[in-house]
Amino acid sequence: MITQTAPRRVIDIADLIRRVRGRYLSPIASLLLFVVMFAGVVGRYDFASPSQVFLNLLVDNSYLIVLAVGMTFVILTGGIDLSVGAVVALSTVIVATTLQAGWPAPVAIATVLVVGPLLGLLMGLVIEYFDVQPFIVTLAGMFLARGLCYVISVNTLPIKDPLLRELGLKYLYLYEDKFIRWTVVIAAVVVVVAVYVLHQTRFGRTVYAIGGNRQSAQLMGLNTSRVRVSVYAISGLCAALAGLLLAVQKLSGYSLNGIGLELDTIAAAVIGGVLLSGGVGFVLGSVIGVLVLGTIQTFVTAENLDSYWTRIMTGLLLLGFVLVQRVLARNSLREASKR
Amino acid sequence: MVKRLTASPLVWPALALIALLAVNVIVTPSFLSIRLQDGHLFGSLIDILRNGAPTMLVALGMTLVIASRGIDLSVGAVVAIAGALACAHIAGSADPAGPGTVITAMGIALGVAAGLGFWNGILVSIFGIQPIIATLVLMTAGRGIALLVTGGQIITVTSPPFKTLGAGYALGLPVAILVSLSVFALVGVLTRRTALGLLLESIGVNPEASRLAGVRYRTIVFAVYVFSALCAGVAGLMIASNISAADANNAGLWIEMDAILAVVIGGTSLLGGRFSLTGTILGALIIQTLTTTVYTAGIPPETTLVFKALVVIAVCLMQAPKFRALVRNRRPRRTSAHRTPEPSPKVTPIAQIHPVSEMSQL
Repeated sequence: MITQTAPRRVIDIADLIRRVRGRYLSPIASLLLFVVMFAGVVGRYDFASPSQVFLNLLVDNSYLIVLAVGMTFVILTGGIDLSVGAVVALSTVIVATTLQAGWPAPVAIATVLVVGPLLGLLMGLVIEYFDVQPFIVTLAGMFLARGLCYVISVNTLPIKDPLLRELGLKYLYLYEDKFIRWTVVIAAVVVVVAVYVLHQTRFGRTVYAIGGNRQSAQLMGLNTSRVRVSVYAISGLCAALAGLLLAVQKLSGYSLNGIGLELDTIAAAVIGGVLLSGGVGFVLGSVIGVLVLGTIQTFVTAENLDSYWTRIMTGLLLLGFVLVQRVLARNSLREASKR
Repeated sequence: MVKRLTASPLVWPALALIALLAVNVIVTPSFLSIRLQDGHLFGSLIDILRNGAPTMLVALGMTLVIASRGIDLSVGAVVAIAGALACAHIAGSADPAGPGTVITAMGIALGVAAGLGFWNGILVSIFGIQPIIATLVLMTAGRGIALLVTGGQIITVTSPPFKTLGAGYALGLPVAILVSLSVFALVGVLTRRTALGLLLESIGVNPEASRLAGVRYRTIVFAVYVFSALCAGVAGLMIASNISAADANNAGLWIEMDAILAVVIGGTSLLGGRFSLTGTILGALIIQTLTTTVYTAGIPPETTLVFKALVVIAVCLMQAPKFRALVRNRRPRRTSAHRTPEPSPKVTPIAQIHPVSEMSQL
């Protein structure tokens, strides 16, 4: 018996390696790219403290990380959420306006954290129960949220609340003089919770199942409708939270915040190996995608280039990744047909 | 007849447009009046047509792309690049007002636009990348490229011949609208009087099956992306010529979204296949009328977007089969005693197919 099972186990391991390589290849490639790019930038400019440069990457992009987490849920189900940038702006405007009106900070924050998911929930319900394409529904959601911003206020509203100022300005020393801010801690918590939900819960498995094949998931008895609506609410919640982080970071609310942010978020997810067709990708991959985008930004700033270079380089990188993913997908398909 | 009409997908957008116009007439009674001044027609309706011309043009290209089961997010970027190139050439030439300069400038802009469309076509048809990502690349990078062309500045030009396209008049009508309508007519004839439209729809319905049936998938997909980019290029020239300047940051911002909305409001499904050019034109007109309504009705401009969102959701829900079924199921419950049984479902699909193909033949 033992002699019979032993070789079979070896084959299993080989199979496992192959499978792992297939699933993790894209995120690992992005991680490698990030390391190379980061090392290149640090080497080129001879920063005093590379570790602080890395921490600044997290500090500057904490809101984008939270957004990318929400977007990952939506994209994994095969959908898309174009409303996130506008919801971010709406959140900053709401929190700034309510604080100016004299609301206590916790109430203002709670309001934002209710409005975002509510909007997401509405979009999810329309998408799921009326069968309108996510692209169109969330586009309408984007117009609605951006329009509501303008209705509330077209001015830049400063935030003077002591609690939020503390969140935005206080250094959290990790060791020696290396610091992060509270926003990074919040983003990290969001990432950890998202990883847990996606990989350890029935909900998370249903998300992957819907992206893989909606009909099979439904036939397997999974509650696809509820999950498909929920991912948009989750994305709305993440966008609202990201809006709070941005408000805290800028200490102001402005209705023109976050224009085109949905594109950055989608780009981060794609660079991180999340397939827009659904079912493939990881939250951590999207986080790496955000770090890659952040590194481009750091490079453009350090090189003193015009800001439009960020867009051109992001586009080129996106192209590179899409092509690489395509080649990988073809190879694995060929391998599968060989077997 | 009534049943055939209500079954046509064009009814809802048409009704929405009429309703919007009716609201305008109630608010400003002189809304529909058109007056002749200096041999040109003036009036709110003409304004709607002229300001809607670029969106209409981009939406026409978008319709064909969407019919092939694709989507083109890069049109806004192409609009910016085309405007930037044309203005940069005119501003840099010795004779900005010469017709030769203007023609060369437009040639360069449209040539590059076609090249960008070709690029999208390569990514989609040869590399087989999902259209939404393939065009996202250019959407992300494109505006940066336009800024690179203009050097981050707004380039202003003084060239009367160049101004004709966006702000000039011919035959009493704005040139822009004449251009858009002639492209509409051309595409209508090309897709509905030849087999091209049918082949395009077959690709949208099932790319693999149509390839096996001998349809030239690659050539047609290439053609639609190049055409879409060319439409965007002309729209870019219109926008730049209308304001006599190239604003790489704002020219054609969100025009891809407006165009996609126009296509969807017009009843073409984002899933590809059957398409309606007339519907697209109606959709573009609805979007433009909406904006004009906000201005003429004295609604604060800040609320335009909220307004737009509500109309878009309403029109999309009206078209969603599930929502219509919901409404239809409710109706008989109230009046079931007096009405003959609902027509069998078989009748509706047939009635749905015919009006579209007939009406979109112009």
